[in-house]
Amino acid sequence: MTDTTPSTSLFKISDRTKGRNAAEKRFRFYGITAISIGLFMLLVLASTIVLRGTSAFQQTFITLDVELLEAKLDKKGNRNIDDIKKVSTFGYKPILANAVSGLLEKNGIETSLKKKELSGIISKSAPSQLREYVLADVSRIGQTIEFKFLTNGWIDGYLKGRYTRESVANSKFASAEQFDLIDELVKIGVVEKKFNLDFILGADASDQRPEASGIGVAVVGSFYMMLVVLIFSLPLGVAASVYLEEFAKKNIFTDLIEITISNLAAVPSIVFGILGLAVFINYVNLPQSTPFVGGLVLTLMTLPTIIISTRASLKSVPPSIRDAALGIGASKMQTVFHHVLPLAAPGIFTGTIIGMAQALGESAPLLLIGMIGYIATNMPANISEGLLSPNSAMPAQIYEWAKRADPAFVERAWGGIIILLIFLLTMNTLAVVLRRKFERRW
Amino acid sequence: MSTYSVLGLLFLFAIFGFFFGRTRALSSAGGDIKKLHSLPQYYGLNALFLAFFPPLLVLVLWTFAQSIFVDERIKSELSPWVLAEQKNINLVVSEVDRLSDGLKASVELGSLTYQQVSDKTVGLDGIENILVTSGVFLTDDIQAPILAAARLKFYMETLGNSFRNWIVIIGSVIGLVWALTQVNLNFRARSRVEQMVLMLLAAAATLAIFTSVGIVLSMLFEALRFFGMHPWTDFFFGSTWAPSFSAGSELSILPLLWGTLYISFVALLVAVPIGLYAAIYLSEYASRPVRAFAKPLLEVLAGIPTIVYGLFALTTFGPFLRQFFGDGGFLGVEWMSDSRSVITAGVVMGMMLIPFVSSLSDDIINAVPQSLRDGSYGLGATQSETVRNVILPAALPGIIGAILLAASRAIGETMIVVLGAGAVAKFAGNPLEALTTITTRIVSQLTGDLEFDSAETLVAFALGLTLFTITLGLNVLALYIVRRYREQYE
Repeated sequence: MTDTTPSTSLFKISDRTKGRNAAEKRFRFYGITAISIGLFMLLVLASTIVLRGTSAFQQTFITLDVELLEAKLDKKGNRNIDDIKKVSTFGYKPILANAVSGLLEKNGIETSLKKKELSGIISKSAPSQLREYVLADVSRIGQTIEFKFLTNGWIDGYLKGRYTRESVANSKFASAEQFDLIDELVKIGVVEKKFNLDFILGADASDQRPEASGIGVAVVGSFYMMLVVLIFSLPLGVAASVYLEEFAKKNIFTDLIEITISNLAAVPSIVFGILGLAVFINYVNLPQSTPFVGGLVLTLMTLPTIIISTRASLKSVPPSIRDAALGIGASKMQTVFHHVLPLAAPGIFTGTIIGMAQALGESAPLLLIGMIGYIATNMPANISEGLLSPNSAMPAQIYEWAKRADPAFVERAWGGIIILLIFLLTMNTLAVVLRRKFERRW
Repeated sequence: MSTYSVLGLLFLFAIFGFFFGRTRALSSAGGDIKKLHSLPQYYGLNALFLAFFPPLLVLVLWTFAQSIFVDERIKSELSPWVLAEQKNINLVVSEVDRLSDGLKASVELGSLTYQQVSDKTVGLDGIENILVTSGVFLTDDIQAPILAAARLKFYMETLGNSFRNWIVIIGSVIGLVWALTQVNLNFRARSRVEQMVLMLLAAAATLAIFTSVGIVLSMLFEALRFFGMHPWTDFFFGSTWAPSFSAGSELSILPLLWGTLYISFVALLVAVPIGLYAAIYLSEYASRPVRAFAKPLLEVLAGIPTIVYGLFALTTFGPFLRQFFGDGGFLGVEWMSDSRSVITAGVVMGMMLIPFVSSLSDDIINAVPQSLRDGSYGLGATQSETVRNVILPAALPGIIGAILLAASRAIGETMIVVLGAGAVAKFAGNPLEALTTITTRIVSQLTGDLEFDSAETLVAFALGLTLFTITLGLNVLALYIVRRYREQYE
């Protein structure tokens, strides 16, 4: 036995251990920081979307009593619709100017704006709106009707805080006097911000009229595109997977096919757009910018996803089921179609929904085949027009709005993103719910 | 008869065959189903398949072949005139197409008769008015060779279509009748039907494969056309990208490749540390509630469409950076002139890639067996030492594969860089300046106003082919690394 006292003891932590414990703590800290940064980025993204986008759903409207002067609209006085049609939107502008000046007189508001400039506070889409109203029922001429029109985009921006009197000092579209007038009109309740249903249901508008643009037609375009994707990719993908998984012999060809499909799933989406342009539009001469071609391009993109998820679902069905079916005398085909496929169906459907959700958010390939914004001016009337007439899709419309410099359009781009994300959230939630409900653990 | 009505007729025959075959099968057994070899529906299906699919195949193939044949014929008829008048063959062909569609519409409306259009000897004066009323948009007078070509096209198409329709319908009827005569007690209908279904499944698989071959071939074809117009050495080894409307554009990929790689590098710089540490924490340290909460949230980042990220970079993150680095900003420097820059696009792309790296690494780290961890703890290592010295080396091939896959995603990303990175093509090193990428230029070249056959537009195909090859190479490399260096635990 030695009688030297030991220099180390379990009760005294050595420096080296202290260092190791500190390193451990630091490592944990890094991990937590990393997750927090990731979640923080998600939070920033979500709050930006909500803060910037919700204002797109409100728009400034002005309530006017418009007298449909017979002298200007129907000079001959015999309510002949062809004559009335000849009055273009130019002819309706003085009527609007009269309505505005009448409003000011009635309420005793003074302004330094000239009469012709008064109609500038109303959106440029108002004359055509009025004209359509008149053409729908010509007996309305001569009456005084109360209308709600959109104000022009600059005034809307002023009320939403985007513009100040200094920032429009040099603009030819808006002026400080207009803003003063608007303040007065807001006080008497004639001008107010309201929920704008047209943003959700309407069509896109030109550069000059951001207040009148909506995403509705693009939503319909996206819908038709998804219809094409579903019709083509689901049967094709499931049939191909069933063949590859159940019937194909395991040789080098099937290996090659597997590698090709998993590589296809990782190809950048823009390459599919190039393919669509080169083959579908140039070679086969399908009509450009239509949801049908967009759907075909997205089918090519979704096909590998569906094939991979279907193969995984088919693989997850245990061999005992197959053996049991064969054992009681079913043929291979009957085993697959009557037993394996129904059991794999939940996985197949969730994979399809997720694939379609990915396709819904794609914009790069659509830009190349021409489905950019401001193509369709009204909703397609029937299914063949929906498929074959030029239209846009939600992500492409959002991109188009983002490209225009006007902040009013950028606001609408964020609003469009909210709508797109609502769709995606619904589809993904549906996929998760389906998976939870129908998943079987073997 | 239009193609749709022929298709409709085929449907009708098929459905009729199904029901009739089924009843015929039952009646041939005298109502006793046990005497039949297969269930009655298989006899019906036999008739349905034979009446529908072979004629459908003929229909599709004939339509394709006919359009190619007619186009070639029209081109050869017109080429002497086109050469003599120095016109563009594609423009002329599209005008002929429009005219022949107009002639078809006029005949359908009744303003012209088939006889008048197809008979070459009949003169068609005053045809402009008739065509305008049928909805054809005419810019100026129709020239005689174009009109003749349009009439020829109309004639060939109507003749070809009626031949095709007759053959298809007769084929369908023959198939239907043959299938119905086959109905017999001993006829092995189920086996026959299953063979046909197998053929259909194999056809679907082949079609799915053809698309990937189609991608490469279509791009290769157009890219070769481009290389015919512009030397490939300049494209791959030159150093400027400056397309111009007049001749003399400089079209080389290297500045674009630099931009792509720089931005992807910044993106990976953001995504890899965060994703890897997040994966390690979630799989090693986190409790079940934390993991159940944080993992799905991180994966939400992957599901957001890239246009959202692009808009975020352009309108929020870019200006935010400018407040620091730009004019009149907090740091008082003027490094950043525009809100689009490498850092803007790179950081936002990194945000998008975090879930890629984190999910894949998480799976790989979880696959390392517990025995290795237990051995390390048994020797007295702390958790972080175990991760650093045992788990990460074991999982390294998979993690490198994940990083390569994230890199390939970053290289192919379009919307974030289109909106966030700008259009400047040069070998810049300042990350606060705008820089363009391959994908941005593909979009701008293909959506520009240039004529389709010019080198400036075709260069996009060459760019796309290069991009496809690079991402394919990265994916194959990732797969190879994972397969080759993967540890096999028993």
